[in-house]
Amino acid sequence: MTGDVAVLGAGMHPWGKWGRSFVEYGTAAARAALADAGIGWRDVQSVVGADTVRGGYPGYVAGATFAKALGWQGARVTSVYAACASGAQAIATARAQILAGLADVVLVVGADAAPKGFFRPAGGDRPDDPDWLRFRVLGATNPTYFGLYARRRMAVHGDTLEDFAQVKVKNAACGALNPHARYRTAVSAEEVAASAVVADPLRLLDICATSDGGASLVLSSMEFARRHGATDPVRIRAVSTVTPTYPNTVLDLPDIATDSAAGVEPDGASFRSSIARAAYEEAGIGPEELSLAEVYDLSTALELQWYEDLGLCAEGAAAKLLREGATAPGGRIPVNVSGGLASFGEAVPAQAIAQVCELTWQLRGTAGARQVTGARVGITANQGLFGHGSSVVAVR
Amino acid sequence: MTRTRTPVVAGWFAGEGEDFRLLGTRCSACASVYFPRQDGACRNPGCAGGDLVEVPLSRRGRIWSYTDARYRPPEPYVSDRELPWEPYTLIAVELAAERLVVLGQGVPGVSVADLEIGMEVEVVPGLLGEDGDEASGTAWTTWHWRPTGVTA
Repeated sequence: MTGDVAVLGAGMHPWGKWGRSFVEYGTAAARAALADAGIGWRDVQSVVGADTVRGGYPGYVAGATFAKALGWQGARVTSVYAACASGAQAIATARAQILAGLADVVLVVGADAAPKGFFRPAGGDRPDDPDWLRFRVLGATNPTYFGLYARRRMAVHGDTLEDFAQVKVKNAACGALNPHARYRTAVSAEEVAASAVVADPLRLLDICATSDGGASLVLSSMEFARRHGATDPVRIRAVSTVTPTYPNTVLDLPDIATDSAAGVEPDGASFRSSIARAAYEEAGIGPEELSLAEVYDLSTALELQWYEDLGLCAEGAAAKLLREGATAPGGRIPVNVSGGLASFGEAVPAQAIAQVCELTWQLRGTAGARQVTGARVGITANQGLFGHGSSVVAVR
Repeated sequence: MTRTRTPVVAGWFAGEGEDFRLLGTRCSACASVYFPRQDGACRNPGCAGGDLVEVPLSRRGRIWSYTDARYRPPEPYVSDRELPWEPYTLIAVELAAERLVVLGQGVPGVSVADLEIGMEVEVVPGLLGEDGDEASGTAWTTWHWRPTGVTA
């Protein structure tokens, strides 16, 4: 397949609350990815950094910041911001450079040092910024939206609080096996039910934490991979970065209202499902061919939503798929065997890259205790604030 | 002497009592409605572009979903940190005529236990918070959603 790029290396800085600079996490992840690839830093021809808004200017120019920290060596540089989809856009940029022949080897890095508690908008009075407005006018935090989606699923599809808790139980059991995860202990349904309500009906253990962390990939052309001795590397076959189509009729972060459908009839596909559809079309594969999926479990209920948007089951059937064990390790289509955000927490520019790190290890067959037997095809899915799609398909 | 009443955002709502309305804009070419108001150009990519005219939104709609804020939101939400946190509800309301969903706080005193998806609610004037002292301070006004069966 001419559109493939090779994943030569993958690396992470362990996730947690370490209290250090995002630069430290990013460079540690980059060094791990370079070592994994067997590539020297001077061999890298292009650096793509996924930006964080929390590091001030160094965060806004993450590509150059990581390049400087690793030692200026003259590589091409790019910095990208797309909120939670930043990592996917960094991968898309690196892939485009490789496929265009602008570079043979590209280093992708994302890292963050997150605040404790709720994410909040950048400072200052900015009434033109929808993210600032939703906090100022409504106090609508991210869990507000997760709570709205969860309650809606309960009313429309009959999902229960027990279903939501089982997602956490499943992901925490996986995270316990992952040395990069922040939370490495099993969680019971009773513990979820006993945790404090944050945004009804969701409880503290239904919602992902904010974390520090870093993730990195070394991507190359297939030709370079062969010359480098990697005859059967994990390959990236598709990267979806689509925007929604008007009218976007599902209330979404950070908006106070949806688009109106009074002028145009919606085309039927939700934004999340269109993200997956674009990835499948580009990869030339369908959901029935997947070995595993890494999806954005910002909340337990949102993971169920992704099952349907990825086409793992029909609309409304996600809880049934979960109850059958299909999405657990050993099931038909394991989801979030890394432990997911439930076990990692959010380190915004790193997480879409971390999802691809997990696919890489799984497709190589080196994921240790959490290995999905015979994994050949994997998909990631997430979504960035302000209408950024994000999905990556990797194959072996 | 009372605080000066000022809308938390200018141009999003107007009126008092029964005449209180959210204000949006409507495209004269394709009939798309915008809230918050859109004053530049119509965002429908299939629309040749018409004038955007201010329109009051429907007073009543039905609950699309709801939740609450059990923890104090961060700034720029303004709340008195000297006082214990009082959770409020957040309600997403589907307006049939405009075919859009608008999020807002529920009226004080209504909890998630009082709400159901599909329930009818109406928009009413609300107080978001107060700054400064009684004589020279500001009372920030907003909109609230209230179940139509509730008159308190």
